[in-house]
Amino acid sequence: MLEIKNLHARIGDREILKGLTLTVNPGEVHAIMGPNGAGKSTLSYILAGKEDYEVTEGEVLLNGESILDLEPNERSVAGLFLAFQYPIEIPGVATMTFLKAALNAHRKAKGQDELTTPEFMKLVKGVSEKLNITSEMLRRPVNVGFSGGEKKRAEIMQMALLQPSICILDETDSGLDIDALKVVAEGVNALRSPDRAFVVITHYQRLLDHIVPDIVHVLSDGRIVRTGGPELALDLEKNGYAAYVADAAA
Amino acid sequence: MAAVKETVDQVLSIDVDKYKYGFVSDIESDLAPKGLNEDIVRFISAKKDEPEWLTEWRLEALRRWQTMEEPTWARVDYPPIDFQDLHYYAAPKKTTGPKSLDEVDPALLDTYKKLGIPLKEQEILAGVEKGERPVAVDAVFDSVSVVTTFKAELAKHGVIFCPISEAVRTHPELVRKYLGSVVPITDNFYATLNSAVFSDGSFVYVPKGVRCPMELSTYFRINEKKTGQFERTLIIADEGAYVSYLEGCTAPSRDENQLHAAVVELIALDDAEIKYSTVQNWYPGDSEGKGGVFNFVTKRGDCRGKNAKISWTQVETGSAITWKYPSCILRGDNSRGEFYSIAISNGRQQVDSGTKMIHLGKNTSSKIISKGISAGRSSNTYRGLVSVGRKASGARNFTNCDSLLIGNKCGAHTVPYIESKNASAIVEHEATTSKISDDQLFYCLQRGLPQEEAIALIVNGFVKDVLQQLPMEFMVETQKLIGISLEGSVG
Ligand SMILES: Nc1ncnc2c1ncn2[C@@H]1O[C@H](COP(=O)(O)OP(=O)(O)OP(=O)(O)O)[C@@H](O)[C@H]1O
Ligand SMILES: [Mg+2]
Repeated sequence: MLEIKNLHARIGDREILKGLTLTVNPGEVHAIMGPNGAGKSTLSYILAGKEDYEVTEGEVLLNGESILDLEPNERSVAGLFLAFQYPIEIPGVATMTFLKAALNAHRKAKGQDELTTPEFMKLVKGVSEKLNITSEMLRRPVNVGFSGGEKKRAEIMQMALLQPSICILDETDSGLDIDALKVVAEGVNALRSPDRAFVVITHYQRLLDHIVPDIVHVLSDGRIVRTGGPELALDLEKNGYAAYVADAAA
Repeated sequence: MAAVKETVDQVLSIDVDKYKYGFVSDIESDLAPKGLNEDIVRFISAKKDEPEWLTEWRLEALRRWQTMEEPTWARVDYPPIDFQDLHYYAAPKKTTGPKSLDEVDPALLDTYKKLGIPLKEQEILAGVEKGERPVAVDAVFDSVSVVTTFKAELAKHGVIFCPISEAVRTHPELVRKYLGSVVPITDNFYATLNSAVFSDGSFVYVPKGVRCPMELSTYFRINEKKTGQFERTLIIADEGAYVSYLEGCTAPSRDENQLHAAVVELIALDDAEIKYSTVQNWYPGDSEGKGGVFNFVTKRGDCRGKNAKISWTQVETGSAITWKYPSCILRGDNSRGEFYSIAISNGRQQVDSGTKMIHLGKNTSSKIISKGISAGRSSNTYRGLVSVGRKASGARNFTNCDSLLIGNKCGAHTVPYIESKNASAIVEHEATTSKISDDQLFYCLQRGLPQEEAIALIVNGFVKDVLQQLPMEFMVETQKLIGISLEGSVG
């Protein structure tokens, strides 16, 4: 589904990804862990098509097609979703309006008609209630004045609404209290399906207790330096990254 | 408004060079010879069958104008206008004045139909059944009003809504009393020019205690080339009256510039309220700055009575040059003035717009919310004056001016003037300038929105406070108009 081959990328003069390779198959959940500054968010931005980064080598295929020349919105309608580590505020634009615009953009790209307002409301109600998002929040401008945890829940709500095929979650657990963590995890688990895959970037095992990954990777200094099963995350939790970072340097 | 809706449906893919309303109607015109002198003024006055006092009034303005110089203080730059190379009167030949619809030239009706303005009352009422609110329309084509709808219905409530040329004949006492009482003929170069040669425009009188039962609107269209349009609008809300009025404008795309110098006067007596909304979408010129309407407009409202209220809401998306400062004179005690503005400039457009709030009465208050959006290579200036007179104790003003830049070849400027002669006045001013952030754009794109749609969405959020001031139907359509005006603003 998602194939990243020998990806090198830089921002300005600084190389951040240094030959990253990763394959994600449909139905799988991959966790990516790694020290601060390793390049995890950078990877997610490059996958989503943020302009600031220059890909100097390698390729990224989504369902067999290269996506590196696609605009971010084209990647989105092709099924790639990124839940941001730091969701962006858009003053004056009601969350509801934003959701509708996003959903209609997807439908339009697929040649479908726009939903009627009642159909849309029903859909939003379905996904927002599961994530404890009130209608009052939906009326507020996108992410403006949302608490850290509310922002993360809103990201998952958008994901549930857009039904992407590859979901990248960048530290969706940070800033969540224990109850919210469960709500978000349930939201994600409900979306798990044989034809959808997840890449979950996190620092903590506690998220992986709820969203159990099939495969765990350690990303350090712009490369995947170790790949294993769920037990790898437990080991990291106990022993830290020292061993793997040293590996990478060696 | 239907005009805007139609634009959206049909023109979503075009750039600033392809202005929707740019078609020319092939209608034979009755033209005054080019140039401006006493004979031309008499010609216009005679065409309109005006009384002697009005002819004299015009001539006085002309003499005054001949001694005046064009103002140069605004931040706009344009080639000199040859005022002798223009026609000061143009009227569709078959229409000598407003008539019943059956008599109106079908080619004219067709023009308005293309613009999406229904003039047939049956069609409008059909819209009402679908949940649209009725709007009475005065359609002004070049120098004359071609038709006014719902006059009879309005007359039942004592509301007078007709072309000003007709009001001069049918209600001379009202016209004579109020014309020039807010914007005197000596006011400024363009207003004085307008006073000499004004063509047509709307007249509204809402009698004491009457709440006007429907929205009133005037739809202006410049068609003839090398003409100036000099419309004159006069709206009077008598004691305790209320009226909401909409103004819409378009013009054909022509390579040469067209001159538009309107005057609008509003008078609100004790406890009266006037809400005046404009969506100005004159031809802006092409992306290289060729052609486009020069829009030099004087709009002023006088809160002449106590507790009177006047509010201006404007959405300015068109014109090559916009020079416009809808203002309020807060004369009556406790009177209120409001100015809500969205000014969008793209391509090579130049906007210098803002407001003046003149506090004269006690406990008067004013509010100014201005949102300027500049894209392309345009320039967008907010220029505002808040003045508090010696007797205006307890006066309050709140001003908020926000500018949003799209791209890095455009400019935004804020020029606020504050003059206070009364120590008890409270004047607050806030201003911000921002750019659409790459992060905001990326976020929207990540959710599937194409770039232009994302910009339109972010801009609509930016102007939300002002959009909410527009009548409901107008608000939705304006949101779309904003998207269209910004097409081609990046990349
Ligand atoms: N715009 C930028 N300019 C310069 N350096 C950048 C820029 N963006 C990211 N970097 C650098 O790239 C490196 C990788 O950053 P990135 O945000 O991808 O790390 P991360 O693995 O997500 O870390 P964290 O766990 O703290 O979220 C960091 O050293 C960061 O400082
Ligand atoms: Mg990160």
